[in-house]
Amino acid sequence: MSVNSAIAERISTDVETEAAVRTADRNARPLRLITCGSVDDGKSTLIGRLLWDTKAVKDDQADALARDDRHSQNELGLPDFALLLDGLQAEREQGITIDVAYRYFATDRRSFIVADTPGHEQYTRNMATGASTADLAVLLVDARTGILEQTRRHATIATLMGIRQFVLAVNKIDLIDYDQQRFDHIAAEFRQLALSLGVTDIKAIPMSALLGENVVVSGRSAMPWYDGPTLVNVLELATQRTAQAVGFRFPVQRVSRPNEGFRGYQGTVAGGSVKPGDSVVVLPSGTVANVKQIVTYDLVRNAAVAGDAITLVLDRPVDVARGDMIASIDAAPALGLAFEAKLVALNGEGIRADKRYWLKSSSRRQRVRVEPRSMLDLKTGQWKSSDNLPLNAIGTVHLSFDELAMFDPYETNRNTGAFILIDPDTNNTVAGGMIQTRAKSVDGIDGAERNQVLLSLPQDLANQLMASEAFAAIRDHVEIRRLNSARASAILEELD
Amino acid sequence: MSETKPPLDPNLKALESEAIHIFREVAAEFERPVMLYSVGKDSSVLLHLARKAFYPGKIPFPLLHVDTGWKFKEMIAFRDRVVSDYDLDLVSHTNPRGKLEGVSPFSHGSSVYTNIMKTEALRQALDAGQYDAAFGGARRDEEASRAKERIYSFRTPDHGWDPRNQRPELWSIYNGMIRKGESVRAFPLSNWTEVDIWRYIQVEDIPIVPLYFAAPRPVVERDGMLILAEDKRLELQPGEVKRVETIRFRTLGCFPLTGAIHSTATTLDAIISELETATVSERQGRAIDRDEAGSMEKKKREGYF
Ligand SMILES: Nc1nc2c(ncn2[C@@H]2O[C@H](COP(=O)(O)OP(=O)(O)OP(=O)(O)O)[C@@H](O)[C@H]2O)c(=O)[nH]1
Ligand SMILES: [Mg+2]
Repeated sequence: MSVNSAIAERISTDVETEAAVRTADRNARPLRLITCGSVDDGKSTLIGRLLWDTKAVKDDQADALARDDRHSQNELGLPDFALLLDGLQAEREQGITIDVAYRYFATDRRSFIVADTPGHEQYTRNMATGASTADLAVLLVDARTGILEQTRRHATIATLMGIRQFVLAVNKIDLIDYDQQRFDHIAAEFRQLALSLGVTDIKAIPMSALLGENVVVSGRSAMPWYDGPTLVNVLELATQRTAQAVGFRFPVQRVSRPNEGFRGYQGTVAGGSVKPGDSVVVLPSGTVANVKQIVTYDLVRNAAVAGDAITLVLDRPVDVARGDMIASIDAAPALGLAFEAKLVALNGEGIRADKRYWLKSSSRRQRVRVEPRSMLDLKTGQWKSSDNLPLNAIGTVHLSFDELAMFDPYETNRNTGAFILIDPDTNNTVAGGMIQTRAKSVDGIDGAERNQVLLSLPQDLANQLMASEAFAAIRDHVEIRRLNSARASAILEELD
Repeated sequence: MSETKPPLDPNLKALESEAIHIFREVAAEFERPVMLYSVGKDSSVLLHLARKAFYPGKIPFPLLHVDTGWKFKEMIAFRDRVVSDYDLDLVSHTNPRGKLEGVSPFSHGSSVYTNIMKTEALRQALDAGQYDAAFGGARRDEEASRAKERIYSFRTPDHGWDPRNQRPELWSIYNGMIRKGESVRAFPLSNWTEVDIWRYIQVEDIPIVPLYFAAPRPVVERDGMLILAEDKRLELQPGEVKRVETIRFRTLGCFPLTGAIHSTATTLDAIISELETATVSERQGRAIDRDEAGSMEKKKREGYF
């Protein structure tokens, strides 16, 4: 099929799809996905084809593609769909993807944001950039070569970043004569790898990105043995990352004081929800207050949930600054001077224990020492001990701070569990990290033998106690339940 | 704003919150931010979001308009009205060298003209204000090299963009650390599509330049583009005739370089449904984007927005 007949075909189907596109449920949040996998496996071609077949490519863009002097690299005379994504001069010259491209498209059922990431190991940082916000990963494998080290690296990074849905696209199936056995073999090998990463939601699809088989249109005629869904079918049914049901989290971005009478804290709710009257704690200070108002430009609201950008007004004058976190009093994040985390080294010379970095998480930036503990061997899938992390390595680290830091485990809250490391010499972002736990302290305070005291206090007194600095430092060893006094005495009685 | 304003749908609400988050983050992290205000629809949305982000306070930075001297008259009138209605702090800058030498799209061609009156002018204005962060209304869906751009786009002291070495940008954690002289361009509308912009303008009732709505206007056809023929400086070439046609603009820039489209869309509803069935992209009407593949990237490397 020539470029022009391909264009003609597009135009002829335009009429039918127009109505469908218009009914697209654009009101829903788009699904975010990435393509990843090794060099030249066909990631950009796949997304180009997806855009083409969902009519997201406009006529002037199609014309430009047809005019491109590198447009018919393939014997089939098809346009080089990858050029729809590879928008940088250097990318077009070298025929590779260097940086992630974000594209937007819709089917009649859903809208999507796709990040096309580069396969080259050298540009792992850009793959990680795309993966950090994705709901789903389309992992490509060249049917001729199967799973490579780079495939494993991308699968691992995607999993670390919290992606739990994978499409395994066994691509270039046209080049192996649509061999079902080969497909089954690669799919089985990937399931093994995914299992070791703790991922079970996998759809394996035999595909030809170039010919558009099993992308939007079924490839049944070329491979009658496959009766599963196309890529678009899977994408339309995939689920989105949700704002997990955890305690209220509000990292303060800035303090708004337009006049004497108003003092509000501006930020985006990073977990849970809030309403006027809620008791909150300001971290790291541990000061307690109640929410008085939730202010937005449109109206004073009676509730806000994760994702909402709001201005919060508290009921008393407290000391709150950028970088502080306002959290629910009963389920505050972990506060401490040391944490354990997983890390991907993305830039420069890798991560070294003898260097101090800036750590930024939400709106908070602080100095940190990073001690690598172990590193993932991508060939064997084994973690081995290591005291440094070279460029593009995945490892576990121990973080220690001079000033109190607060985090949630990344598993429970991506907003308050994620961080970046900045090299103070270059100002560049050198790593992306995910908090696992607060480090166990060495003085035995976490020991099983620790003695605890159960107190039943009037609420206002308890709030005052919880506002003290001493309390803030041991918050993680405290369990709080709010009950009425009858129920409290009943429980204590039961213990006697 | 009307009383009966419907709530934002989840998609627009998420886009709005993301943009507000970016505005606040930049305002908190940088010493001298500025907002590029080009008077177009994206700038109108950007301004609206900035007002929301800092409410009940005022926008804590000035707006910068790079005035090439060849903007549509209605744009300048609209700009001045907005500035006074919202009590904004606006800096308007025209390249003095270009003005002195009479650089125009007609005398110097679109490429030289754009370079001097837009790119160079922008660099001058940013240097003069010593701005360390500049907000822009660019969207990733506009063009292939924009699709590659970060939300915080790092610039060297001479405003250059190095697309091969962008900083990783994970989650919504932005790295605002720069040395003296370096700067960041921040793009709160990165993830908005053209349709999102229009739907948001509709639900939020945001004022826009009337040229976006169809009306009978005088035009002449040149290089395959319909150019608005109301400015005296536009000299008709042999064979060109001025006609009145019902047209509107999908994008607004300098009038000699911006093509109109035939349209009867006089309402936002009509514009949105026209868009949803459009078979060409919005940048098709821009002469400077059609020069060659990669021309936008080249301009951005030189400091263009
Ligand atoms: N025959 C055939 N060729 C394909 C298919 N998919 C991609 N190709 C070709 O494979 C080559 C590489 O494709 P790209 O899409 O650039 O690969 P990529 O994975 O994006 O590469 P990087 O981003 O640089 O890692 C191109 O020449 C494509 O035309 C396919 O399904 N069948
Ligand atoms: Mg690619």
